[in-house]
Amino acid sequence: MSIDKQIVEHVAHLARIELGELELSRLSKQLEHILGFIDKLSSLDIEKTHPTSHILPINNVLREDTPKVSIPVEKALLNAPSKKNNFFVVPKIIE
Amino acid sequence: MSYEVVIGLEVHLQLKTKTKAFCACSTEFGKEPNTQVCPVCLGFPGSLPVFNKTVLDYAIKVALALNCKVQEYTKFDRKNYFYPDLPKNYQISQFDLPLSSNGFIDIVSEGIEKRIGITRVHIEEDAGKLIHQDDLSLIDFNRTGIPLLEIVSEPDISSAQESHDYLSTLKNILEYLDVSDCDMEKGTLRCDANISLRPIGSKNLGVKTELKNMNSFKGVKDALNYEIQRQSALLDLNEALTQETRLWDPKASKTFTMRTKEGAKDYRYFPEPDLPPFIIKVDKISEIKASIPELPKEKMQRFISDYGISEYDSKVLVASKRDAFFAEECIKAYPNKDKKAIVNWFIGPLLSEANNRAKALADLGISIENLLSLVTFVEREEISHLSAKAVLTEVLDSAKSPEEIIREKNLIQVSDSGAIKNIMEEVIKENAKSVLDYKAGKSNALMFLVGQVMRKSGGKTNPKIVQELLKTRLGDA
Amino acid sequence: MELNNLTAHELIQKINNKETTPQDIVASLHKRIKEKDAQVKAYVRSDELIDPTHIAGIPVSIKDNICTDGYNTECCSKVLEGFKPPYNATVIEKIKAAGHSFLGLKLNMDEFAFGSSTENSHFGPTHNPWNLNCVPGGSSGGSAASVAADEAIWALGSDTGGSIRQPASFCGIVGLKPTYGRVSRFGLIAFASSLDQIGPLTKDVRDAALLTNIISGHDANDSTSINCAIPDFTKSLINDVHSLKIGIPKEYFVEGLDPEVKKVAEESIEKLKNLGAQFKEVSLPHTEYAVPVYYIIATAEASSNLARFDGVQYGFRADSSNLIEMYKKTRAQGFGEEVKRRILLGTFALSHGYYDAYYLKALKVRTLIKQDFDNVFKDFDCIITPTSPTAAFEIGEKTDDPLKMYLSDIYTISANLAGIPAISLPCGFTKKGLPVGLQVLGKHLDEEMLFRVAYTYEQNTEWHKMKPKL
Repeated sequence: MSIDKQIVEHVAHLARIELGELELSRLSKQLEHILGFIDKLSSLDIEKTHPTSHILPINNVLREDTPKVSIPVEKALLNAPSKKNNFFVVPKIIE
Repeated sequence: MSYEVVIGLEVHLQLKTKTKAFCACSTEFGKEPNTQVCPVCLGFPGSLPVFNKTVLDYAIKVALALNCKVQEYTKFDRKNYFYPDLPKNYQISQFDLPLSSNGFIDIVSEGIEKRIGITRVHIEEDAGKLIHQDDLSLIDFNRTGIPLLEIVSEPDISSAQESHDYLSTLKNILEYLDVSDCDMEKGTLRCDANISLRPIGSKNLGVKTELKNMNSFKGVKDALNYEIQRQSALLDLNEALTQETRLWDPKASKTFTMRTKEGAKDYRYFPEPDLPPFIIKVDKISEIKASIPELPKEKMQRFISDYGISEYDSKVLVASKRDAFFAEECIKAYPNKDKKAIVNWFIGPLLSEANNRAKALADLGISIENLLSLVTFVEREEISHLSAKAVLTEVLDSAKSPEEIIREKNLIQVSDSGAIKNIMEEVIKENAKSVLDYKAGKSNALMFLVGQVMRKSGGKTNPKIVQELLKTRLGDA
Repeated sequence: MELNNLTAHELIQKINNKETTPQDIVASLHKRIKEKDAQVKAYVRSDELIDPTHIAGIPVSIKDNICTDGYNTECCSKVLEGFKPPYNATVIEKIKAAGHSFLGLKLNMDEFAFGSSTENSHFGPTHNPWNLNCVPGGSSGGSAASVAADEAIWALGSDTGGSIRQPASFCGIVGLKPTYGRVSRFGLIAFASSLDQIGPLTKDVRDAALLTNIISGHDANDSTSINCAIPDFTKSLINDVHSLKIGIPKEYFVEGLDPEVKKVAEESIEKLKNLGAQFKEVSLPHTEYAVPVYYIIATAEASSNLARFDGVQYGFRADSSNLIEMYKKTRAQGFGEEVKRRILLGTFALSHGYYDAYYLKALKVRTLIKQDFDNVFKDFDCIITPTSPTAAFEIGEKTDDPLKMYLSDIYTISANLAGIPAISLPCGFTKKGLPVGLQVLGKHLDEEMLFRVAYTYEQNTEWHKMKPKL
């Protein structure tokens, strides 16, 4: 499987990371190299193997529906780069 | 050209648990911004989700009520996309192994019964609220993490009216389950629609439009009707439709294209590593199944068979869970075997009072005792129907008992024929024409004369006796 | 002997004997840090001293990715500049509950734990106390270097693919990655949620057992935390490996293993043999797939875990006139190159059309890697390998070749994929005087076996007593 600049550009958009032209070509090359190595996996026959997304044999972890005190609003907003009247603030949303 | 309309609805339902889906913050509505938050629902680095037991129970309850198959093994997945109301920039949702699937509900639309398939019911978390100002947006994360059910219908719906009827049937069922406020205006129930048109008989699906921003049942219906017209007009002109998301603008009564987010959406779903899977055992399912109350359809059928209520009236009564429960309580307390009289009170005077007062039946404030006492007065023919209605109004206005009002207003009916005869003679004198009409065979005229006697007596005469007396009197003459 | 040179168990003894106080210990550490940290650079943000009223017990030094209420926790990334968590990680609460405190200063690491050398830190690299031109390993390089340089009594690190064990090995100290789920991850800023574990980096095995006792246990705030009784790990400090069955995986002694490291490891195995352990060659046939599997799973999870660093609620925000620009610039300027590389790789592995070929396949091979261990552990008590194929390499040696860097985790990654515990302990030196680590891998939840083997080896060797000259 090979990866080209166009795919990297698309992926960078999905991940919301701006890439300069130089960075884009450098990363594309590196990712291609890494993916080439990863392609090692293609040699395995894993048609019938079950995927493991949780390594522990744990299930049904549930908590009671009992409210606890929330954190004070000042603490919630303590780190906010921009805030107004106890709201977090972001610049205009345009897609 | 005529087209076949294909609609599928996607309902998001906020569950009314005490705490959020993955943290112990309260879900109370209408609090000051960012006061019901914690590191978990704010998605602070290092925080981890822990699933709320009641959310699972409620979700299973809904799934079963919608005739879905509850999966033995289910898990959460992350749906990845960037948006400022989503603190982690992923939503904990369910992808390939949803809680349940393959259900249905039966609706009646324009007199015809129809089964609408439910594709799936799955659990996810709500996002925060954005307030847009000129060049910035404010974010309140209080709603973030409130449990949601996504209820996806099959594209079995074929008109705007059917969509409306599907939604009200669904809402009715959900209300009976008592797991959500189901309030579209408050946003605890939301609905998006997928709609496409195709020439009648065609097997290929048309180009699909996703409709959002409908904030009421009427909005859903209006938006779909608008969209059917818009799409058929374009198809008539042989113009190509684009697959897109459109927003309903209730003020303009139009849908508008929403600028597309990213060419093709790519949510990069993968299993949520912070939440181990869930295995739902058969006994858990039977336990929850046993807790499901009688649902509107069954209640309606029972109203018909047990109380002899007409199908139409039963439907009216079960349309609200609380009304149905109140009505049934009264019906049960009513001592006579034949329930017709008490039922008529509900679908007659009580319902019209409720409509006049824009209240639910159950909220009118009349106690079962007072209602039964009023009904008994009428049955013993101690007061007339007409006075009874007035008494009811006053009971609701004053919180006095029917006895008190009847006594105060001296409403006990005059059944003494001597007194009635005097009034009757006056009426006969004053309405010679009606007397002639009656004698000429117009039976309506008799009812008119009865009415006149009643009026003169201030409603206190017993209409049956008046009628008998009049017949004898005029027959004699 | 200065207090800062001692182990935690020695200092506990001294406090109990009223020979010293926690305040004295902190003072002695501050003095040492002031003298030596300009060279080692184990700590970041030197102004964050602990509030003196909070000092208690033996101070634990904390990696910069573990949340400390009110103290900066930045994962050594510009994107988390100035971030003060509003809560403590569960391990911090447990340390406090056990009567200890943490040092306010936080330890250097590869940005978001993405790295094997601590060169990817926004604050610059940490230097190996044994040779300042060398890396201390990573990503918990600050944790390992601080303990080796006696700038910390003991420390916490995190291990996603070897980030505790490999730096412990490079710095000549003890490092344990507990069983996945043994220690709560609540408050550990996630790299790869299904692989991350917090663990101790200490001067000897007893301290490792003590600190593991403190931080282990079920946590209702972490759904992946195991709900089971925690043994007292100091009870496993038994100087006896007689008739224990130990496997030596043949796949680990192949090309790529530095001959000097190989020799040191073989001598250690010989030593344990002489102490009565029974060794036999075993096979973990899917070992060669561990690195590719890891770099798909870890980066995929990371791409999602790190999506939250967007400038909205905390940390760095780039100047921008609209939201999408804010996202893209904040993340472009806030993340270092390795972080971007891994986010892109992980995003790709999950993206439409590639999920099955990469992510799903990796999850399946993960099953095979776990089965390899299950098979061996049917007949063996533990497995021994070198911790890393090489001793510490020079700063800058591998920074231009990400893949080469990734391969330095080749011996440690499998334990994370299988969720099993593994410990690294000092077992000798190269000719150049760089430490070599021995890795012991155990069954699920069998840290006791690791402590027993490690303790026996340590009690019969002197490596752990060696100190770098600084």
